[in-house]
Amino acid sequence: MSVTRFRFPFVEMPAEATQLRQEVREFLTEERANGGYTPMADCWAGGLSAEFSYKLGQRGWLGMTWDKKYGGHGRSFLERYVVTEEMLAAGAPVMAHWIADRQSGPQIIKNATPEVRDAIIPRIVAGECFCAIGMSEPGTGSDLASVSTRAEKVEGGWKVNGTKLWSTGAHGPGCDYMITLLRTSPLDTSARHKGLSQFIIDLNTPGVDVRGIADIGGQVHFNETNFEDVFVPDSHVLGEVGGGWNMVVGELALERSGPERFLSTFIVLQEAMRLLVNNPTDQTKEVLGQVVAKIKTLRRMSLGIAGLLQEGSSPEMEAALVKDMSTNFERELLEKLRRILPQNVLYSSAGLLPTLLREGVLRVPSSTLRGGTNEVLKGMIARQLGIR
Amino acid sequence: MTDSDNIIFDTASRIFDDLSTAEVINEAEAGTWPEALWQAISESGLNLTWVPEENGGIGATLLDGFAVLKAAGGAALPVPLAETLFAGWLLAQAGLQVNGETATVASGELTLADGKLNGSVQGVPYARNAKQIVALVETAGKVQVVQVAAEQCDIAEQTNLAGEPADTVSFNAVAVEQTGEPGEGFNGENVEAMGALIRCVQAAGALSTALELTIEYSMERVQFGRAIGKFQAIQHSIAAFAGDVAAMNAAADAAAEAVARAPSIDHEAWIEIATAKTRLEEAVNNGAAIAHQVHGAMGFTYEHSLHHVTRRLWSWRDEFGSDVVWARRLGEEVLSWGADELWPRITTVTDAR
Repeated sequence: MSVTRFRFPFVEMPAEATQLRQEVREFLTEERANGGYTPMADCWAGGLSAEFSYKLGQRGWLGMTWDKKYGGHGRSFLERYVVTEEMLAAGAPVMAHWIADRQSGPQIIKNATPEVRDAIIPRIVAGECFCAIGMSEPGTGSDLASVSTRAEKVEGGWKVNGTKLWSTGAHGPGCDYMITLLRTSPLDTSARHKGLSQFIIDLNTPGVDVRGIADIGGQVHFNETNFEDVFVPDSHVLGEVGGGWNMVVGELALERSGPERFLSTFIVLQEAMRLLVNNPTDQTKEVLGQVVAKIKTLRRMSLGIAGLLQEGSSPEMEAALVKDMSTNFERELLEKLRRILPQNVLYSSAGLLPTLLREGVLRVPSSTLRGGTNEVLKGMIARQLGIR
Repeated sequence: MTDSDNIIFDTASRIFDDLSTAEVINEAEAGTWPEALWQAISESGLNLTWVPEENGGIGATLLDGFAVLKAAGGAALPVPLAETLFAGWLLAQAGLQVNGETATVASGELTLADGKLNGSVQGVPYARNAKQIVALVETAGKVQVVQVAAEQCDIAEQTNLAGEPADTVSFNAVAVEQTGEPGEGFNGENVEAMGALIRCVQAAGALSTALELTIEYSMERVQFGRAIGKFQAIQHSIAAFAGDVAAMNAAADAAAEAVARAPSIDHEAWIEIATAKTRLEEAVNNGAAIAHQVHGAMGFTYEHSLHHVTRRLWSWRDEFGSDVVWARRLGEEVLSWGADELWPRITTVTDAR
């Protein structure tokens, strides 16, 4: 019996991507050296710096794959992959633009009216305008179809009432829009996925109230956003009214297999290496061998999926598998490092490595929750395997 | 590695499906040589997959051969096809002729004096079934590939966990049949690395089979009024298993491709092999455990064929340097990169050359 269920083809970066990698590395080395940023763990969900994002925009590293006719840079998915993985490996503060660059921008290009698209996309590309996701709600959790925040038809637009939760970055400077999933027809309990629509809501509209929520480390990265009689013009409906569900499902698939799923804690390993080279015990070697073998394998898989996406395939099972394994690995890496790092690093609250380690431990519970919990992913995998 | 639209792979799969049956595998373990299976393999030329045409081979690519070995691992093939390919590859490294008879590689420390081979190697796979034994001898800065007739050696029969021959071979002034020098820089580490890679590729195939058996069983076996695959606990176990199977296939493919890209086993390929053998630990550990857990007591019986693959997996992770030994080697390599070169060394494999 020989079955090949999973495809992760070898991807060789084109010469221009390799050239780009060198440019990005030089930029990051210089920025780190001159205090432009301090490396951090989970930098894509916790490293908010509008200033840094603006610099990336000015270098042409945002909206890279978007068509030039809309203001993008018309570059390949692999070139974007290179920029994102370099930023993540360096622990650079890329949170401000992350959502807009990864999913809101493509969604707007595909589904917004030409006027709205032209008003927003060039600003995202320039690093001047950011977006947040408004999918989840209090009581929604993994069961996204249960959303109840509603939009009622009024003259010239819609009136929105309700609350969105976990909208990462909505409070940040320059975060002007939330792509929001709303119920536009009353709930039909026999077809809960129907009657949902996506809207681009300007967060500066009267009636929008963004309140930060502190995470277990006391940091405010996500929010609760309340909408009270918020008016949204018809022009800001994304795609068809009632077509929201398919849109969010597609968006979640885009979220799944990127390098941010296995590199969130990589910077801790890199900085730990500065100490570990001085104490090359068998245990240290074993741990380093095991974690690097995993990183290399996960990267091969993640990049293989990027290659398939570039060809136009949609490797759903592979993406779900990679996200499940990758996010578990982000925690495992920290736990393995704890075994080989000296006590004074584990106890200390001063210095780069102890700070990164603490940040990592306190941020990593969110790895296996965000973008679909690992339990939900495993259910999807089981369905794809045909057993569910 | 592609394994579709490939005549060599298709031929191999057909032969394995027809002739590497549960009965044949069990009889082989009991000591009966599966003559029909080996004959079909020789007649199709699969035993010469890795030999260049000028050395007597069929001129297939290295990746074709790895695809065949993945299928062989998946079929728990009870004949030394992997070993014969490995021996042929090693002979070809020194430009020697290969005739495709059953062969194996003795990977260990041996000495050569006046054309006679001396020394002893433990765990030589299928030595008792091999016509030829091929080895690498390193003496005083000179590296030689040598071939001897197995019948001239003392073979003490032992087996691995799967009941595959893993014999101790003693060479007591055995006359060398042919000898030659491999390319510059080729050494015993390369031989062990190739052996490790072959086991990784076979294991990727065996893990895939174990997963398929597990999925099938979970849909057939009814408990508490429904197929056990309908229980979420079972679904989640199998989903985790699928992840390890996918990862091991990706790691083995990455290593095989790196070897195929290089003229022989260069440093980059060695790193990919170390990665795959290290990754094997968890894949086997978790995968075999879940396969048996889902199969319950049925899968624990000799009658069920799950053990054909799980016992091989538990053996193969130890062979040609255990997964833990390779993890330490890879870790030592990583330490030599240092903090600032860690990430660049991880990305270099995919960057344009």
